[in-house]
Amino acid sequence: MQSSRRRPVVDVAFQGNPVADRQQVDRAKVLQRLRLNDLSFRLLTRLAAILVLVILGGIIVALIHGSLPALRAFGFNFLITDSWNPVTEKFGAIAPIYGTIVTSFIAMLIAVPVGLLIAVFLTELCPMWLRRPIGIAIELLAGIPSIIYGIWGLFVFAPFLQEHVQPLLIAVFGEIPLLSNLFAGPPYGIGMLTAGLILAIMVLPFITSISRDVFEAVPPMLKEAAYGLGCTTWEVSRYVVLPFTRVGVIGGVMLGLGRALGETMAVTFVIGNAHRISASILAPGTTISATIANEFTEAVGDLYTSSLIALGLILFVITFLVLAAARYMLLRLNARVGG
Amino acid sequence: MSLYDTRRRRNTVMMGFSFGATIFGLAWLVLILAVLLWEGFSGLSLAVFTQMTPPPGSSGGLLNPIMGSLIMTVIAVAIGTPLGMLAGTYMAEYGRYDKLSMVVRFINDILLSAPSIVVGLFIYEVMVAQMGHFSGWAGAVSLAVIVVPVVVRTTEDMLTLVPDTMREAAVSIGLPRSLMIQKVAYRAARAGMITGVLLAVARISGETAPLLFTALNNQFWSLDLNAPVSSLPVVIFQFALSPYKDWQALAWTGALIITLAVLALSITARALAGQRKSS
Repeated sequence: MQSSRRRPVVDVAFQGNPVADRQQVDRAKVLQRLRLNDLSFRLLTRLAAILVLVILGGIIVALIHGSLPALRAFGFNFLITDSWNPVTEKFGAIAPIYGTIVTSFIAMLIAVPVGLLIAVFLTELCPMWLRRPIGIAIELLAGIPSIIYGIWGLFVFAPFLQEHVQPLLIAVFGEIPLLSNLFAGPPYGIGMLTAGLILAIMVLPFITSISRDVFEAVPPMLKEAAYGLGCTTWEVSRYVVLPFTRVGVIGGVMLGLGRALGETMAVTFVIGNAHRISASILAPGTTISATIANEFTEAVGDLYTSSLIALGLILFVITFLVLAAARYMLLRLNARVGG
Repeated sequence: MSLYDTRRRRNTVMMGFSFGATIFGLAWLVLILAVLLWEGFSGLSLAVFTQMTPPPGSSGGLLNPIMGSLIMTVIAVAIGTPLGMLAGTYMAEYGRYDKLSMVVRFINDILLSAPSIVVGLFIYEVMVAQMGHFSGWAGAVSLAVIVVPVVVRTTEDMLTLVPDTMREAAVSIGLPRSLMIQKVAYRAARAGMITGVLLAVARISGETAPLLFTALNNQFWSLDLNAPVSSLPVVIFQFALSPYKDWQALAWTGALIITLAVLALSITARALAGQRKSS
């Protein structure tokens, strides 16, 4: 055992202590106590680690337990009906699910290219002394609480879109067959497009910082070889850096998607909270998280509450799958870089 | 020659785009902060910090939500930090490569970015529904659930950075492993671990979703954690969506206070972490 090697030193330590010396500390007793402390500390940390798993298990069990009444009442139909009527107690989840997916899709459509371009700028073009400040500034965007995005979106961004951007979109796309449906209706200001745009700003820092990190991990030799062949900066980024970091970039994008799907407060302010599916992205809609945030405290009746918790369960399952896929990809990347 | 020109032109265009994208990203930060300062600063006065939230139509302050937020944040950190630190210690010191750590690491990373409103529902089910009423305790616990993954992650990362030679030196002079961790590893990783706690505080001080149906809200002065407690983010939510002008103005002021606090916390955390790296 290790303790036999330690004994002499512990001995020295305790004999150096005049109090211990005088009291003739029983060495065996001290060693015993140290060993006990060691064991209990190890056990304590292990329990705390297991607690993380317990939290996850608790969330799943609590959500399933809470949503049982709704699932029993509606069964699989809960997932595919679009009625949401507290008076007749008929609930279906398809409208919020649709809103969640559409807003997240709009967000990713904008945030992915912009985030990747910023990462290219930060790793290839930006002068060294500016890299850190710009990187931190972009990351501060992630630190701003989502309620701030919400209040800003409601009072500043939505009116701006309503007056300047949305009339333009309606005028430009009004004549084109398919797109005219997508941009139909009066400019409300609030709606799915606004929510998607705000989500785009919110997930931008996640995509940027992960892409930048994986771009920086590309071996310089690969890039130098391409530059040596006469490639332009864009060609190096597009045909050398991006293929090499594909897994990591996809991981970062999925992480951003997970955020966008679950984002609550910012969306709640600007989505309009209308339980319907409209083809137009200018129309008000709702998302899973916005529905819960808006209606939970006012929900009366077990079935209503339980339906909202069932929505939460659906949201958790979707984000869990997306985030697990993201983490799996980033893990794989780390294993490759490490190996 | 024309192929060369095309490639060069494409490069210029794409690099222009990437420059533009960076300006685009930074512009939002500037825009949001500028509007916040513009709208919030005019309402900033001593009354904000000394008076209670007013009924619509009269003036008042944000004292009770500020106090509520502070109290719940302190309790959440007091519960979440030790748990997170112990779990991170296990993963970095005892079972760095064992199966349990791998699973916990994976799950923890997922909890780190799980939707916070789901945490609210979870605490509603286990605490509010069982106790039969909304309470400050439920709010604090739901915030603690958000603190834990942040602290676990940073503790593990920072302990992993501590050189193994330091551990070996400590063990070789006879320190038991638990004492080695507490006296040597923790001390070496202290700056990083404080950074983690600061980041966790920054994260929860703006959280609204988990408080909506755990701590609820309270228009009056109340330090009773068994009753609904007011909090700054929830008050901003309620006031901003109200039709009253003076409530909206207070919401902007509250938003400014939160943002300044959060940004100050995260910049401090970054400065601490950066200091470590350069030294």
